[in-house]
Amino acid sequence: MSIQENCRILDHQEVAPQHFKLVVASKYISSHAQPGQFVNVRCSTGYDPLLRRAFSIHRTAKEHERFELLYQVVGKGTRSLSQYCVGAELDILGPLGQGFALEKKDIAILVGGGMGVAPLLALAETLKQTTKAIYVLIGAKDKARVLAEKEFNAITDQVLVSTDNGSYGKKGFISDILLNVIENTLDPSYLPLATIYACGPNPMLKAIADIAFQKKIPCQVSMEQCMACGIGTCLGCVVKTRTGYQKVCDDGPVFKSEEIVWQD
Amino acid sequence: MAGLDIELAGIKMKNPVMVASGTFGYGEEASKFVDLDKLGAIVTKTITLQAREGNPPPRIVETSSGMLNSIGLQNKGVKDFIENRIPFLSKFKTPLIANIAGDSAKDYAELAKILNKEPLIKGLEINISCPNVTKGGMFFCFDPNATEELVRTIRKATSLPLIVKLSPNVTDISLIAKKAEDAGADAVSLINTLMGMAIDIETRKSKLGTPTGGLSGPAIKPIAVRMVWQVAQVVKIPIIGVGGIMTGEDAIEFFLAGASAVQVGTANFVDTQAPIRIVGEIKDYLGENNINNYKELIGNIEM
Ligand SMILES: Cc1cc2nc3c(=O)[nH]c(=O)nc-3n(C[C@H](O)[C@H](O)[C@H](O)COP(=O)(O)OP(=O)(O)OC[C@H]3O[C@@H](n4cnc5c(N)ncnc54)[C@H](O)[C@@H]3O)c2cc1C
Ligand SMILES: Cc1cc2nc3c(=O)[nH]c(=O)nc-3n(C[C@H](O)[C@H](O)[C@H](O)COP(=O)(O)O)c2cc1C
Ligand code: FES
Repeated sequence: MSIQENCRILDHQEVAPQHFKLVVASKYISSHAQPGQFVNVRCSTGYDPLLRRAFSIHRTAKEHERFELLYQVVGKGTRSLSQYCVGAELDILGPLGQGFALEKKDIAILVGGGMGVAPLLALAETLKQTTKAIYVLIGAKDKARVLAEKEFNAITDQVLVSTDNGSYGKKGFISDILLNVIENTLDPSYLPLATIYACGPNPMLKAIADIAFQKKIPCQVSMEQCMACGIGTCLGCVVKTRTGYQKVCDDGPVFKSEEIVWQD
Repeated sequence: MAGLDIELAGIKMKNPVMVASGTFGYGEEASKFVDLDKLGAIVTKTITLQAREGNPPPRIVETSSGMLNSIGLQNKGVKDFIENRIPFLSKFKTPLIANIAGDSAKDYAELAKILNKEPLIKGLEINISCPNVTKGGMFFCFDPNATEELVRTIRKATSLPLIVKLSPNVTDISLIAKKAEDAGADAVSLINTLMGMAIDIETRKSKLGTPTGGLSGPAIKPIAVRMVWQVAQVVKIPIIGVGGIMTGEDAIEFFLAGASAVQVGTANFVDTQAPIRIVGEIKDYLGENNINNYKELIGNIEM
């Protein structure tokens, strides 16, 4: 179940240029959220921006009755959100959607491109209790936009970074790093024990899905689509799947990668 | 106690605030947030005879104080509605109004006949913003004669109250409203979305998966109020006002323009509590202004 609630802002920091970490209080959402679920946030009290904006739950702290979002300012909604101060209240709907299916596998490979790292921290924190090895692969435009690396380092030694311009980590695409991990780092006999969890821009997800298919590794992808209601009533947020259009907000946002019909 | 109940076109409602087609699904998802029994009436997403896949994404883009949608009447067809949606809705007392559409007058009549047999359904809302394939794809709503013929055909197929939902994308909406009344409509609802467009200047493509979409939300309210007022000058049947209603104040504007009830659409996306909050805000206004019954407001604009 999910609720609509006014949540107090406990902390709000710019962690990279135009990237913010927002900590809000909610007993209900922090204790009910599953990794990969999202919240729908009203980013102003007026009519422009009008619709709520979707953000992945970055991390929950159930014992402190709070959760975190990590977001980038890309337009009027996120710009308006970035102006909210500590102590103010935000109208939040959540937790929403179907999160990651937690596979009881020994090896988890988490791949995040850009803002796609947001849901992976909550996932890594949950997986660390049951999974023997967690690989976290972070792709970013440049060094300043490598997000949450420190937090992931606290969970696993296997954090690998790539940047488009080579200003930090390996130069190139995160999908190349994934291929390298699969072909050169992991013992081939371990591959059947692995699951890939990915979130990021569509071209990246498609590349990851192709690799997962070739290497026969199960893969879950968290999809994005512009939303209106966020609760499954408007049919606005669909993506094409093998069984027809499905709603990102309540059939997803996480889908099995082989279900998605990738568009160019 | 402020009077908010109304019998509209034979449909008894405890208050005049309904939820608009396509913005509330079939009630099930929204019922997790809203007590359906507190709504005046529930209007379903448009139902067609056969399932429809809908339009390619993206289907939603926000514009200044509004949004464009291009959902394309995605639905699973009338059989699925009866088998899988009505059972859930039968747990509630709020009147259910089925919104229907088709490719031809025959399709609409067939739907009306099928739904006539469902005791839970208290009325039909006719979505005429659809291409008429038997007339070369000309939209019913653009053609006064096609509208009249369509409503007459449906009238013969059902004894349920008929609400004809008018499109604002016409030169003279009051002409279409009059034709609907003459053909036997029990009420009209207006407005459906306004046809609009938004272009991504980087890709030079439409921001939607289709070239155009339907504009809704606060941006369209002044147009909707004006059209309700115009239609109120020419028809005697009740009018249901729709378009950009976010608050009780907005609803009262529609009552003054001549609406007997209102539908809340886009506001449901912004605030799941919108319809119930709006009922409360109407009550507050009546209390503050010593008005016993909201019906005193209907059409009572000072000129
Ligand atoms: C399930 C889900 C989880 C998300 N999680 C996060 C997150 O953790 N952190 C984060 O920063 N962002 C996240 N997003 C994306 C976020 O919702 C958009 O960046 C935001 O809605 C943009 O709003 P805006 O008004 O600032 O930008 P707009 O002015 O609306 O748009 C600016 C640009 O962003 C694109 N955009 C708008 N809305 C979306 C959307 N819903 N999804 C993808 N692109 C969009 C537009 O096409 C445009 O190119 C998520 C989206 C979804 C669907
Ligand atoms: C996402 C969306 C889907 C809609 N689907 C339908 C529909 O299936 N049938 C219909 O008659 N109207 C549909 N409408 C129109 C609304 O019922 C309403 O007439 C319009 O949105 C104006 O009201 P609003 O500004 O309060 O949203 C839809 C509107 C939206 C925003
Ligand atoms: S956003 Fe409305 S159905 Fe998904």
